Amino acid sequence: MTKGILLHEPTDDVGVAVMDLKAGDEIEAVTLEGEPVAVIKLVDDVPLGHKVAMQELPKDKHIIEYGEAIGYAHASIEQGAHVHVHNIRSLRWSGKSQIVKHQEDES
Amino acid sequence: MTNLQKQLTGYRRDNGRVGIRNHVLVLPVDDISNAAAEGVASLIRGATALSHPYGRLQFGMDLDLTFNTLIGTGKNPNVAAVVVIGIEPNWTDHIVNGIAETGKPVVGFSIERSGDLKTIERAAWKTKEFVQYATELPRETIEWQELLVSTKCGESDTTSGLAANPTVGRVFERLLEKGSTLIFGETTEVTGAEHKIIERFKSAEEADAFQAAFDDYQELIRSQGVNLLGSQPTEGNIRGGLSTIEEKAFGNVAKIGKCSVAGFLEPAQAPKKAGLYFMDSSSAAAEMVTLCCAGGAVLHLFPTGQGNIIGNPVTPVVKLSANPLTIETMSEHIDVDLSGLLRFDINLDEAADLTMGIMAQTVNGRLTSAETLRHDEFVITKLYRSA
Repeated sequence: MTKGILLHEPTDDVGVAVMDLKAGDEIEAVTLEGEPVAVIKLVDDVPLGHKVAMQELPKDKHIIEYGEAIGYAHASIEQGAHVHVHNIRSLRWSGKSQIVKHQEDES
Repeated sequence: MTNLQKQLTGYRRDNGRVGIRNHVLVLPVDDISNAAAEGVASLIRGATALSHPYGRLQFGMDLDLTFNTLIGTGKNPNVAAVVVIGIEPNWTDHIVNGIAETGKPVVGFSIERSGDLKTIERAAWKTKEFVQYATELPRETIEWQELLVSTKCGESDTTSGLAANPTVGRVFERLLEKGSTLIFGETTEVTGAEHKIIERFKSAEEADAFQAAFDDYQELIRSQGVNLLGSQPTEGNIRGGLSTIEEKAFGNVAKIGKCSVAGFLEPAQAPKKAGLYFMDSSSAAAEMVTLCCAGGAVLHLFPTGQGNIIGNPVTPVVKLSANPLTIETMSEHIDVDLSGLLRFDINLDEAADLTMGIMAQTVNGRLTSAETLRHDEFVITKLYRSA
């Protein structure tokens, strides 16, 4: 199976496409050391360097990459979907930091 | 023999500092002296004019930073000798005296009461003498730890955070272990990962200085009634797949690997002893590299995702990328191809070996891509309006 998605941490919500991926592709997601984590079926085309959802991500959830929050889901996101500026937002300059923190604490 | 074991050579200056280039600079103090400086450099082979748009009616911290940038660039060990040209003698002498602390040959000329043409003639005579002096200096054997190395990333994308930046991090870990002096910075671009830097500081006092500079930038942004959402991440970052400033910041801090941070530097300030330092700096590539050069960096590692093409006239900039599209479409700008990391062809240690091999070649005199392409961006950071 093609190793086409790289994860900074095995528990991250998103992985990075290291080649252009097409909707319908079944792609192996691996760690930086090449250890397999999951097989993801793409629901969107995802270009090289863009992110793929490793699992379903409900609206307002913190998005974890590098084992850290890189933003929050602005809309709910399906597993295998393209994750980018259309569906996630910064926590830092959006004024959302507190509200979203609360959501995360509940989940 | 691998590149890593290769003997390194450089120029050991009178103050003991080591350079890897041997430039003779013609340094204008102010914007209106650029024409004379360029006149001299066009007459004399081997001389480089560093034109810039400032140096008149600045005041306070902004003037200090311009002075420190000019003096620091002249003091950089990659520079053998300097001819300074200013409109009047007082500020010209200030720059000359600052550079003279290194013991290297430096002389100043002022244009008032002579005019451009007589100044160019006199300065050209001196520049010719300095170039002949510099070209007689021998390269000597040097060690890795004698090099002051800086880093900043640009036009980053997710491949920067996955591959090119961690490669710099691994190189920095190795250099730090050897006892090198290293600089990183980019005060606004660590937004969202600033806690990652704070926890690396060895002393609380230095961490506080970092926090104060960080808060200052955030306050400046707030005081303008804006946020950086339109410019951070940049359009290039977004095209490359980076979605938020936090994501960009976590990738950015990968450049220091697991290194601890010895101290905080003001813009253009030179480190006093070995270790890794955070320099308060803009994230604009040419401004940041110019500040590192003024702080004494003799070699700069610049990881890029989408392909930032920046260079510097004094400090060679080694460009690293792991983005296969960038390597295919902009290969003339890339010194180290790290795309193998994304295909699992090489691991991080092999990527660091590859990078240090190119660094060794660069140290020994091979021109970087940016040097061959004449990317000589010398950009002074302006803090506020002039009087």
